[in-house]
Amino acid sequence: MKVTEKDVTYVADLANLELSAAERAGMVCDLNSILGYIDRLNQLDTSNVEPMAQVLERYGVDDSKHDSDRFAYAHREDVVEGLRRSLPQELALENAPDADGTFFRVPKVIER
Amino acid sequence: MQLAPLTIDAVRSAVQERRTTAFALAEAHYARIEKEDGQIGAFLTLCKERALEQADRIDRMAAEGKPLPPLGGVPVGIKDVMSTRGVRTTAGSKILGSYIPPYDCTAVVRLEGAGAVVLGKTNCDEFAMGSSNENSAFRPVRNPRDLTRVPGGSSGGSAAAVAAEMAVVALGSDTGGSIRQPASFCGVVGLMPTYGRVSRYGLIAFASSLDHIGPLTRTVKDAAIVLRTIAGRDPMDSTSADVPVPDYVVELEKSARGLRLGVAEEYFGDGLDDEVRHAVESAIDKLKSLGCEIVPVSLPHTPYAIPTYYLIATAEASSNLARYDGVRYSYRAAGVKSLSEMYRRSRDEGFGAEVKRRIMLGTYALSAGYYDAYYLKAQKVRTLLTRDFEEAFSKVDAIVTPTSPTAAFRLGEKSNDPLAMYLADIYTVTADLAGIPGISVPCGQTREKLPIGLQILGKHFDESTILRVAHAYEQAA
Repeated sequence: MKVTEKDVTYVADLANLELSAAERAGMVCDLNSILGYIDRLNQLDTSNVEPMAQVLERYGVDDSKHDSDRFAYAHREDVVEGLRRSLPQELALENAPDADGTFFRVPKVIER
Repeated sequence: MQLAPLTIDAVRSAVQERRTTAFALAEAHYARIEKEDGQIGAFLTLCKERALEQADRIDRMAAEGKPLPPLGGVPVGIKDVMSTRGVRTTAGSKILGSYIPPYDCTAVVRLEGAGAVVLGKTNCDEFAMGSSNENSAFRPVRNPRDLTRVPGGSSGGSAAAVAAEMAVVALGSDTGGSIRQPASFCGVVGLMPTYGRVSRYGLIAFASSLDHIGPLTRTVKDAAIVLRTIAGRDPMDSTSADVPVPDYVVELEKSARGLRLGVAEEYFGDGLDDEVRHAVESAIDKLKSLGCEIVPVSLPHTPYAIPTYYLIATAEASSNLARYDGVRYSYRAAGVKSLSEMYRRSRDEGFGAEVKRRIMLGTYALSAGYYDAYYLKAQKVRTLLTRDFEEAFSKVDAIVTPTSPTAAFRLGEKSNDPLAMYLADIYTVTADLAGIPGISVPCGQTREKLPIGLQILGKHFDESTILRVAHAYEQAA
């Protein structure tokens, strides 16, 4: 699977990255080189192998339960300040590039 | 004052017995940082007020004859991917160049709760992506043992700070080898605990199923003390495991005699530097002489670890780094007229080349049409790699390998070839993928006096065994 400049432009759009022409060209080379190496994974027959997304399925997961009840260890009561006090608004806004004291301010979201 | 290489216990007893004060020690370390760090670049931000306030607190306890907590007065550095309330935290990136977290990372809270004096934030590769600390947006870190060479990465600042005696202990993070490899390059001890052993709350996420926090120290015992302090369930991190924390310090004093150590042929093949091979083989002989049984094992899927890692890690990173969009975290490109322009230009200006490369790779691997071929495939190979370890651990208690195929390379040597840089992680990524713990301990040096690291890998939640082996080797070497 060869990556083209069109692919790079498409992926950069998905990732919200503004790449210069030089960066795009460099990215085509780099991605092809890396994906070329990654291609060796196809040497392995994984048709009967379960994917592994979580490392610690067995520690904490209660297999005697079903569905999301298995992950009860990661749950808490749905109450206000159940784990700890929420961040006060002023603190939450402190790193804002632009704020109005209540909200983060950004350029117009809906453009007509 | 003269700073001899200090350990946690040496500091604590000196402060407890009033032979020195935590304040004087902190000041001495700052003086050393002032003198040496211009050349090395280990620290990005110093937090003197916080450090000296903590030092005063500890000194008052000592003056009142109260027993000090386990890390009382110990100067520590914190890798700049861990949030420290009120102290600038950059993750080595311009996009967080002015970010001041409103909360503390759990590991930092636990360290300070045990009396540690946080001197400052250590330099690292941007968003922990790198194996040489040349990707920091601010400046590279240089290896204190040879300033023309890299300290390793991404926790290069932490490793250099401990190696150059600018801190007694440092915290680092490891996603593909970023604690163990710099420890090996700088000649210090680096411990990556089992995934979930230490809370990731407050760790700026790179790859959520691969990230670990762990200590870089001068001795194995110090690593055990720090682990005992920071490990344990944290309700703020749902992936932190509810597994009891043993007293690692008691555990590591147990004899290593009779332990079965696996040697995997796949870690001793082509690409391994001769001097590294020789040093590691000598270390294994030493362990044998201490009464360990050496058992050949095979980890057949090892050659597939790097591609697996670079698909899973970059995919997870592309998701985790989506939040840096110019809205909330201090950096926004100037003069943007639309939302889209704000996102794209802020990210373009704020992220460095390696970060962009990995976001692109990860986004590609997850995109429609490629998800099955890349990301899902990698997750299946991850299962195979983990099974390799489970199979091996049915025969042995720990596995010994070199930490890295080479000793520290020169600055600039690999920075033009991303793939060559990725291949430097070959012996470390497997542990991250399987979630098992690993420690690197110094085991000699090259003809050019560059440190070499011996890596010991263990079963899930069996840090006790790898600490035992590491300690036994360290004491005998």
